[in-house]
Amino acid sequence: MIRSNSALLMSGNEAAARGAYDAGVSFAAAYPGTPSTEILESIALYKDDVMAEWAPNEKVALESAIGASIAGARALSAMKMVGVNVAADPLFSYAYCGVNGGLVLVSADDPSLHSSQNEQDNRFYAPFAKIPMLEPSDSQECYEMMRSAYAISESFDTPVLFRMTTRVCHSKSLVTPSRRSEVPLRPYVKNLDKFDLVPAVSRRLRLELEARMEKLAEFSETCDFNRTEWHDRTIGVVTSGIAYQYAREVFGDGASYLKLGFTNPLPKKLIADFASKVGTLYVIEELEPYLENHIRRLGITCIGKEKIPAVYELNPDIVARALLGTEPPVISCDTSVVPPRPPVLCAGCPHRGFFAELGKITTRLDAKRQKYMIAGDIGCYGLGGADPLNAMDLCICMGSAPSVGHGAQKVFNKFDANTRVIATLGDSTFFHTGIPALIDIVYNRSNTITCILDNRITGMTGQQDNPHTGFTLQGEPTKELSIEAVVRAVGVDHVRVINPMRLEEVDEALEEALRLDEPSVIITRWPCVLKKKTEEEKVEFRPYAECFRIDAEVCNGCGLCMQVGCPAISLDRATGRTRIDPIACNGCSVCEQTCNFGAIIRAERQHA
Amino acid sequence: MREVTNVMLVGVGGQGTILVSSVLSKGLVAAGHDVKMSEVHGMAQRGGSVTTQVRFGEKVHSPIIGRGGADVLVSFEAMEALRWIEFVKPTGKVIVNDQQIPSAPILAGRRDYPVGVIDMLKSKVTTTAIKATDIATQLGNPRAMNMVLFGALVEAAGLGDVEWEPIIASTVKAAFVALNVNAYRAGRRLMVH
Ligand SMILES: Cc1ncc(C[n+]2csc(CCOP(=O)(O)OP(=O)(O)O)c2C)c(N)n1
Repeated sequence: MIRSNSALLMSGNEAAARGAYDAGVSFAAAYPGTPSTEILESIALYKDDVMAEWAPNEKVALESAIGASIAGARALSAMKMVGVNVAADPLFSYAYCGVNGGLVLVSADDPSLHSSQNEQDNRFYAPFAKIPMLEPSDSQECYEMMRSAYAISESFDTPVLFRMTTRVCHSKSLVTPSRRSEVPLRPYVKNLDKFDLVPAVSRRLRLELEARMEKLAEFSETCDFNRTEWHDRTIGVVTSGIAYQYAREVFGDGASYLKLGFTNPLPKKLIADFASKVGTLYVIEELEPYLENHIRRLGITCIGKEKIPAVYELNPDIVARALLGTEPPVISCDTSVVPPRPPVLCAGCPHRGFFAELGKITTRLDAKRQKYMIAGDIGCYGLGGADPLNAMDLCICMGSAPSVGHGAQKVFNKFDANTRVIATLGDSTFFHTGIPALIDIVYNRSNTITCILDNRITGMTGQQDNPHTGFTLQGEPTKELSIEAVVRAVGVDHVRVINPMRLEEVDEALEEALRLDEPSVIITRWPCVLKKKTEEEKVEFRPYAECFRIDAEVCNGCGLCMQVGCPAISLDRATGRTRIDPIACNGCSVCEQTCNFGAIIRAERQHA
Repeated sequence: MREVTNVMLVGVGGQGTILVSSVLSKGLVAAGHDVKMSEVHGMAQRGGSVTTQVRFGEKVHSPIIGRGGADVLVSFEAMEALRWIEFVKPTGKVIVNDQQIPSAPILAGRRDYPVGVIDMLKSKVTTTAIKATDIATQLGNPRAMNMVLFGALVEAAGLGDVEWEPIIASTVKAAFVALNVNAYRAGRRLMVH
């Protein structure tokens, strides 16, 4: 089959960004988060037409997009699903206002928790916030639906939820894009009755919201994104999002489909009509029974979550097994001999020195029968909790380490539990929601120790700039916020900025903090090894050596260097000695400082 | 319905699976196929196990396959092939780079690198083991190992009709075009002989 050569292979994220661009979006804001990050990274490339920004967190991102919308521009905000929790406050309220320029919020859900702390199904936000929802199932739909989302937003006067999932965001498929429509700014007119959400106004808007939903319900019945595909009618499948692709894969033309793309409000008549024309009705959807609950409430009998798992992502294999009872022929093989390959802190990661030392301190505290709790947070440094560093007790959500730590510390102190709490969070996480959490420690007077692991970039999500890297998303130089100044400004008197690669410095700083009965902050300052360093950074942050090697004459195989968990160091079980891979080693010197026998020595890198 | 071909690329973060999948899918699109490609990002840069799936044919619906779905599995590292073997069709093919990259539990001395991986694979499914890293090193840079494997994949999947070299040339940095094309040719030759 020959296809038009204008078709491009695009990821869902790229296609959504292109759709927003072609819809005339001129303002976009987000906070990074897998699997949503590339949406903003892609739209940011249209520098002449789109102002694209990293906000410090999702609430701020959505609020700034709301401001752009009120000012009359078409605006986009994008985030991973947990980010919508952070942004839920402005979302629910702006739904009351409706829009000036169109506003679309992308929620990128992560079934199977490939890189997330929970598996929430954000489709429920749409009926909860009372806004329309679109659910694309491939990149072409991401493109088309995003374009239409702006028309829907403006003609129905509502923000729109655009719900994607990991496999839609990160799969590439063919897209035929068209051209950008230049959308003139809508005039901004002061309108208190629309945008000033005081109770008297909101009470009236509350009724308008219901009226709007009724109109949207009618639209849903005829919207092109809700379509039937008639084939064999013995089986009818109602489906949405990526699950549509799996259903097509399994049933092919052997079933009829009601493919729902506009999924709030759902088209009641269309569903009832479809159900009445087919034999067995299957509801095939990923995660929660969102469609299914609705269909059952209509009094329609269907088969859904009693067969199809509501947990983790689906694939064609799972759908076939659930509904057809078929098993594909597979190669049977004992794979238990294959050890896992978990992610690890990179060789040369500045977090390693900090956690290696933190782990040692806690061992010393153990010996003194002093107890401790290490409140972790979300980012690469979360790996500090993994074997062999093992220096973490918990991790709840972004920005929570100081606040969770504070609550725990207050309780330990009151009940005299002889326990100190050490909170650890990254620079981007600090700016995200860590600042108010730190204020809580100061305001409510606990002696929680807060460690801000400043690797000068947002590492985990792939090197995004943030408020103290000195650059914006679109590469403009900007004010470089000082973490230290912020920490002092919120009232922390004991602040130390240290080099996490100097273990003695880490040790001293932690010991000093433990002696204080007041809030204290330790800022560890060294860039991520993967960061493309600026000229100033190249001067300030010089590696200690090209690389290190083990002096076989001196090494007695004690294995202490293994405790830093560096992927460049391995244990040769045959000789009982360790080895440093000269290509992987980044010369950070953490292992050298750990060795008690001087068996780790500087070497020159062997160039490949 | 079933004329879709499924290729799965597996390896370790940083081994260059993404480059191969992008060259592959570009060429398949140019050849007029419907193509879907899926990869899980996330922890890839931190040395975790990575997988990419590329599906192509007349019309492709799902971007991913399940167990027993891959026609060809290309593994950039030896034991990763074994980890993902359940995804290979019993009638499928495995191309495996005969190179070992120990994972964290092995480095720490807590687990052993499995012995006899290649023999185990060969006993289960049509397997070609290639010393792709050695070949690439001889050609000037071990990192070009991914293009050696790509060349082998082109033969295994019967994709020799596509003009791959211009696609490689337009995908990699100018300075590395010759290296990558040579590596690709070496990979193809291995499969023919
Ligand atoms: C509410 C929320 N938003 C976004 C994310 C995605 N996310 C996970 S870690 C991370 C970045 C952490 O960066 P930083 O604090 O600088 O630590 P690093 O990874 O650099 O060590 C982000 C954005 C999330 N998990 N939750």
